[in-house]
Amino acid sequence: MADLLQRNLLFVTGKGGVGKTSIAAALALLASQHGRRVLLCEVDAKGATAQVLETGPTTFDEREVSPGLWAMSMDTEASLKEYLRLQLRLPLLSRIGPLARTFDFVANAAPGVREILVVGKLCWEVRKGEYDLVVVDAPASGHVVGQLAAPQAITELVKVGPVRDQTGWMLDILGDPARTGVVIVSTPEEMPVNETLQLATRLEKETVVDLAAVVVNRVLPELFSRSEEQVFRRLRRPATTAALSEAAGGPVDLVLDGAELAVRLRRTRADHLDELREGLRGTELLYVPELFQRTYGLRATRQLASALQDELGL
Amino acid sequence: MACGPPASSPPPSRTSWGSDVATAERSASLDQLLASKEIVICCGSGGVGKTTVAAALATMAAVHLGGKVLVITVDPARRLANALGLEEFGNVETQVPCERFTAAGAGTRGELWAAMLDTKQSWDDLVRAHAPDPTTRDAILANPLYANITGRFVQSHDYIAMERLYEIHQSGRYDLIVVDTPPTRNALDFLEAPERMADFFSSRLLRWLTAPARSRLVTMASRPFYTIADRILGSQFLEDIAEFFLLFQTMYRGFVERSTAVTRTLTDKRTTFVVVSTLEPAPVREAEFFVDALGQRKCHLGAIVVNKVLPDWFTTPGASTAASRLVDDAAHVAATLPKNVGSRDQVARVLQEVGESFLNFRLVAKREAEQRTELAARADALAAVPYADHDITDLPGLLELGSHLWREP
Repeated sequence: MADLLQRNLLFVTGKGGVGKTSIAAALALLASQHGRRVLLCEVDAKGATAQVLETGPTTFDEREVSPGLWAMSMDTEASLKEYLRLQLRLPLLSRIGPLARTFDFVANAAPGVREILVVGKLCWEVRKGEYDLVVVDAPASGHVVGQLAAPQAITELVKVGPVRDQTGWMLDILGDPARTGVVIVSTPEEMPVNETLQLATRLEKETVVDLAAVVVNRVLPELFSRSEEQVFRRLRRPATTAALSEAAGGPVDLVLDGAELAVRLRRTRADHLDELREGLRGTELLYVPELFQRTYGLRATRQLASALQDELGL
Repeated sequence: MACGPPASSPPPSRTSWGSDVATAERSASLDQLLASKEIVICCGSGGVGKTTVAAALATMAAVHLGGKVLVITVDPARRLANALGLEEFGNVETQVPCERFTAAGAGTRGELWAAMLDTKQSWDDLVRAHAPDPTTRDAILANPLYANITGRFVQSHDYIAMERLYEIHQSGRYDLIVVDTPPTRNALDFLEAPERMADFFSSRLLRWLTAPARSRLVTMASRPFYTIADRILGSQFLEDIAEFFLLFQTMYRGFVERSTAVTRTLTDKRTTFVVVSTLEPAPVREAEFFVDALGQRKCHLGAIVVNKVLPDWFTTPGASTAASRLVDDAAHVAATLPKNVGSRDQVARVLQEVGESFLNFRLVAKREAEQRTELAARADALAAVPYADHDITDLPGLLELGSHLWREP
C-alpha cells in the first residue's frame, strides 16, 4: 500500500463533513516527510487547506509551506491564462484579461470548460514532472465525477481543434493506475458509506480513473474485550456503581453512561464498516482513528499523517 | 384530507440521553416560525443532516400546525425517501399515507407531502413553458449542449431548485413548503443562481455569441474573441454553442422575468431560512458565513439548528473529577470493589478505559458547547438535536427528531 504515495496524482474526495481536506493535507504532508516533492492543490478555494496546514492564504502560484510540500489553490481564470500561454502559445497576453472574463462567463454555461481547466492544470503539473506527487483536495463526491469525466466529455463534444488534441495526454495520465488514483474519504456512518459505494461505482462507469484507496476516518476505539465487557456490565449494577462513586468522589454513573455511549456508537459504526468492506472488495481500506481533537490545525494534521503512516506500513 | 385526530402530545423522547440536551436558550422557537411562514429553506454545509432536519420540520408542521405541507428534498438517503413514501425518483408530489402517522402513534392535523427534485425533468418543463413554439422547443431539447448543461453541471441544480420552489409556491397548493437545498460547493450558489441566470440571459456576451449565426454579414473570424475561441475550441463546437444560445435566447424574456421573481421570493417576508450545522469547527464556520450572507442579502434568518450534539452531562464537573480518578487511580478504586466484579487487574483496566473514554468525549462536548454559545448569539432561535446512534429511516424517527425542534406540543 505504500505505493499509494508512489503515484503522481491523487484526487482526494468524499461526502461533505468527513474530513476530506484534513486527510488530503495529511497525505501530502506524509509523502513530503518521506522525501517526495509534493504539491497540494485545493480546488474549492475556501481556504480550508490554509487552516489545516496553518500556512496563511494559498494562491494559484504554489508556495513551499514546509520542506518538500508546496500548496496552491485553484483559480480557473489563472489556469486559462496559463493554458493559453503554454499550450497554445498565443501571443496575445495583453488581451487575455478581458478574454478570460468573457471566457469565465461561457464556462458557466458551456459544458466542461471550467472542469477541463481544473483537471488540465493538475495533469499539466504531473506532466511537467516538477513534483513527484500532486495531491488534490477535490470537490465533494457529487461533483468530482463531472470533473474527472470532463476530458472525455470534451472529446465527445469538441470534434476537432487544439482542445481536442489536449485531452489525449490528459486521458493518458488520468487513466494510468500506476500514476493516478482517487482516494475516497469516508466515515463509518450510513450516509458517507452509501455515498462512497455510489461514488466507487460511478468512478468505474463514468471515468477512466482508478480508485486507489478508501480512507475510513474517525473510527472509534474498541474499549473492551468480551470478558472486559462483562466486567463493565457488573460495574453498572446500582450497588457497584454507588461504591465506585464513593471511591472516585463523583457521579461515576455518568462516566459509565459515557462509556456505554462510546460502545454503542462503536457498534453501529462497525456495522457500517462491514457494509463498506463488503461493497468495496478489492479496494484497500485505510483506518484513521477518532482523534478527539481540540482543533483542526497543523497539530491535528500531523496526528492524522502519523496514523496514515502506520496504516500504510511506512 | 387531514388524517386522524390531532395529536395530543409529541411522541416521547426515546433516545436515552436525548432529553438531557438543554433547549432553554431559545427565545423564539421553530414552532412559532413555521406557523408564520410559507417557505422554509434549510441550508448548511454537506453532511450536517440538512435533509433529515427539513423532513422533520415538515412532519412536525403537518402534525402540530396542520395544513398542507410539502417537503422538497434533493438527494435523500434511500431509506429516508422510503419513509416519506418516495419510492421512485421524479418530480411527482406524493402524500405520506395517513396510516404511517397512525402507526407512528401520531394523528395529524394536516397533510404531509414529499417530492424529490429531478433536475433534468425540471429543466425540460421550464423549456416547455417558455419556448415560443414547438419547433424551437424540440430543437432545444435535442441540442447536445442542452443535455450536458442541464444534466451534468452543478449550477443548473441550484437554479432549478429555486425555480421549482417558486413554481410550486405560486401554484398555491400548499400552506407550507420546506426545502432542502442542494449540496453546493459554495453555500451561496443557490441564492445567487436566479440572479446569475438573469444576468446571463441579459448579457452582451450572449448577443455577441449568437451574432454570427444571426447575421452572416459578420463573419466569426472578424472578431478577436472568435479568432481565439476558434483556436481553442474548434469551430464546430463554437457553432454548437452559438446555436444553443440562439435557441435559448428565444426564451429570454420569460427567463429573465422568472429569475427576477424567484429572487424576490427568496427575500419575501413569507420566506425564512433555517441554517443547519453540526458543532464541528468546519461546518460551524460555514454556518456563520452563511448567516452573514443571508443578512447581506436581506434574507430572513429564522433559526439555527445544531445537529448531532453530544449530551451535556459530559460536561458535569463532578463527573470529570470521578473520571480523572478512575484513570489516575484505577488500581486503588478497583481494590474497593467486591471480588465478584472481576479480577483486580481486569477491573482496573476497564475503569481506566471508561475514564479515558469519558474524558475524550468530554473534551469534544466542551468544544461543542463553546461553538453552540457562539452560534446561539447569531439567531433568534436555536434548537439542538442530540447525537443519535442510528440513522433516521422512518416517520417515528422524524417525529423523535422533530420533538427536539419543537417547544410546545
